[in-house]
Amino acid sequence: MNFAFSEEQTMMADVVRDALLRECGSAALRSRIGAVCSFDQDRWRKLLALGVAGVLVREEAGGLGLGGPDFVQIAEACGYACLPEPLVDHAGVVLPLLSACEGTAAGEALARGLEDGAFLALAHPQTPWVVAANAAQAVVLPGPDGLRLVPGADTVRVQQPGIDPLRQLFTVSAPPEAGVRIAGPQASRTLLARAAERGAVFTAAELVGLAQASVDLAVAYAKERHQFGRPIGANQAIKHHLASAQVKIAFARPVVHAAAALVPPEPGAPPEDMEARARISHALLAAGEAAELATRTALQVHGAMGYSWEVDVHLYLKRALSLTGRWGGPEYHRQRVAERVLSAPLGPDRLFPQPVRETDTTPMKRTA
Amino acid sequence: MDLRYTDDQLAFRAEVREWMAANVPDEPLPSFDGTRAGFEAHREWEARLNAGRWGMVTWPEAYGGRGLDLIRWLIFEEEYYAAGAPQRVNQNGIFLLGPTLIDYGTQAQKARFLPPMANGEEIWAQAWSEPQAGSDLAAVRAKAVRDGDSYLLSGHKIWSSRAVMADWAFGLFRTDPASERHKGLSLILFPLDAEGVRRQAIAQINGETGFAELFLDEVRVPVENRVGAEGEGWRICMATAGFERGLMLRSPARFQMTARRLVELYEANRETCGPAQRDAVAQAWMAAEAYALSVYATASRLIAGGGIGAEASLNKIFWSEMDIAMHETALAILGARAELLPTAPAAGDVGRWLDGYLFSLAGPIYAGTNDIQRNIIAERLLGLPRA
Ligand SMILES: Cc1cc2nc3c(=O)[nH]c(=O)nc-3n(C[C@H](O)[C@H](O)[C@H](O)COP(=O)(O)OP(=O)(O)OC[C@H]3O[C@@H](n4cnc5c(N)ncnc54)[C@H](O)[C@@H]3O)c2cc1C
Repeated sequence: MNFAFSEEQTMMADVVRDALLRECGSAALRSRIGAVCSFDQDRWRKLLALGVAGVLVREEAGGLGLGGPDFVQIAEACGYACLPEPLVDHAGVVLPLLSACEGTAAGEALARGLEDGAFLALAHPQTPWVVAANAAQAVVLPGPDGLRLVPGADTVRVQQPGIDPLRQLFTVSAPPEAGVRIAGPQASRTLLARAAERGAVFTAAELVGLAQASVDLAVAYAKERHQFGRPIGANQAIKHHLASAQVKIAFARPVVHAAAALVPPEPGAPPEDMEARARISHALLAAGEAAELATRTALQVHGAMGYSWEVDVHLYLKRALSLTGRWGGPEYHRQRVAERVLSAPLGPDRLFPQPVRETDTTPMKRTA
Repeated sequence: MDLRYTDDQLAFRAEVREWMAANVPDEPLPSFDGTRAGFEAHREWEARLNAGRWGMVTWPEAYGGRGLDLIRWLIFEEEYYAAGAPQRVNQNGIFLLGPTLIDYGTQAQKARFLPPMANGEEIWAQAWSEPQAGSDLAAVRAKAVRDGDSYLLSGHKIWSSRAVMADWAFGLFRTDPASERHKGLSLILFPLDAEGVRRQAIAQINGETGFAELFLDEVRVPVENRVGAEGEGWRICMATAGFERGLMLRSPARFQMTARRLVELYEANRETCGPAQRDAVAQAWMAAEAYALSVYATASRLIAGGGIGAEASLNKIFWSEMDIAMHETALAILGARAELLPTAPAAGDVGRWLDGYLFSLAGPIYAGTNDIQRNIIAERLLGLPRA
């Protein structure tokens, strides 16, 4: 039992964090607001050059064959930077899905995603708005006959203007015979279910990252901004708001990390049991609450400045709103938690669902 | 990161479970804050635990412990609470002073104080707060005047938990009369039955005398009862407070068991509960799990050589607020019965939720109020300027 990241895991995330500092600072973010295409190909290529796309893809398919704990801090860093490009979906959800598909078309697309930095998107039923579909080389589209991989140019993309000024949203469809079928109806259900679990975990990580970024922004501002002859951050009301937000973050993060540990490299055993599903839902709920409190606190601490486009607070607030609605939304996840709480054994020995071993003790009896 | 218990850890869990099953009293013990009999029953339980070498599993073997790491301590605590074992009457000793002595005490102090602490022979109280020194602990006025090889302790301590019946106390005293604030304070151990100590029980919110006022009038103790150097008391006490807020005082299993009882309460009252209660119950479970996960992460970090500083304040706020929320949920589920005392014929088993609720209300106050913890987080973790 060791609930800490390895040095390699932290180092890999540090490399991504440094690159994001260089490529995705405030000025870079602002320069893309209102752009025809919010997706910055140049930044995308630089980030993918770090080798992050293949973290969750098995080695035979050209990836690193690692698991959720190797990617979760990277996703957190993307959230912290408010990265417009959906790197987290691409590497955390779509490429692992392709790596679990049969056939050459999926394999080729995967190779393009890994080697050429091609951006690949997924129109998942739980995330109806596909981020940056206009920049996607191909889109995975679920349909009645399973999953199809359709070249971007052959899809119909309808922009759905959304609140996040850094991310363009689209509904994507295609004629029934467009592209290539990469999974039948049966396989497609499993693949989409696993994709949703990964999506929820890594979105939770992005939310934790952006929550921390919002607190950090507000702390910096509270030290700088003076009223009544002293920094506003010397006032207890400001301190206590920020401390409360930090508490929320501190107790969402370990849940997200524990949920990430349930994500195997594809194709791996999917977290299908109720306890794993509840942990993942818990992660998304806790991270969503932390992000909501942190972004609203950052707005309050910045005063009217926070209500303007002069500072980045609004970018985080809007991203938080956008992310919390994805992968089913809070009510769906609360249901999944309630289902587990009300029907599976409870107790401190159930914190980490364990594979059954010979020495394993029986789960605790529920007493009335 | 590896979230599987090793075979050794699982075997350890089984060992604790077996011992608890054979030893935990069938009936809950009477409160240790109510009667002398209740207090002594808890003392006996401590002796029994210690006879099984379960008194404090993280302590070195030389002092009755097992020298186990924090992960095993967590496993021990999980089984302890799952078995419904009694509250630890000596928690001020084993969780606060014990680790402090292990870090800062002399060999002689460890040998003298740890074994009787581990087996409950000497139950400890913490004597820090004073009428004028609550949140502002550095305003302590009680003094320790050097007289040859002794100190003479005088002053007025208050809110000292268990002190009504405890045997010893560890107190914060001003050893340098000219000093101010955090300087010139020392941590000194004194027996509560010494000449010059007068104890005055104070009724708590539930009517029991859970804490006491201590009036000290030239209480003579040997200089060897001072922990750490003279004038180092503040630094040492802050380390103690770190144990208190951070890890030891509130192990996660306690709250995981409360969450489990809450789910059982919900299930037993399902017909009268709505979606609001369902959500609150699920929320309680999530909070307890989040706390447990966070403590496992901290334990892993500490085992790898990390430390715990102001982060302890995050924990203290989280568990205390969670505890209140859980008990409020229970009371909401109980509806009209919530206000009944256990003695009411119509109460059934509801009384302990009410008791628990009242006790949970103290959480944001003791061990440093949550307002003070928020100051600490803001200033020391986030780096905001002092007022
Ligand atoms: C059940 C219980 C058990 C206890 N056991 C012990 C024990 O065993 N030993 C012991 O020594 N003490 C014990 N205490 C005392 C406890 O440590 C103090 O109550 C606590 O430190 C607060 O001090 P106070 O009660 O004097 O409140 P005060 O310091 O008077 O505070 C009153 C209110 O003002 C707020 N406040 C004060 N200063 C500030 C500030 N700077 N910023 C913002 N808000 C502020 C506080 O948060 C609080 O809400 C216990 C208390 C309780 C309730």
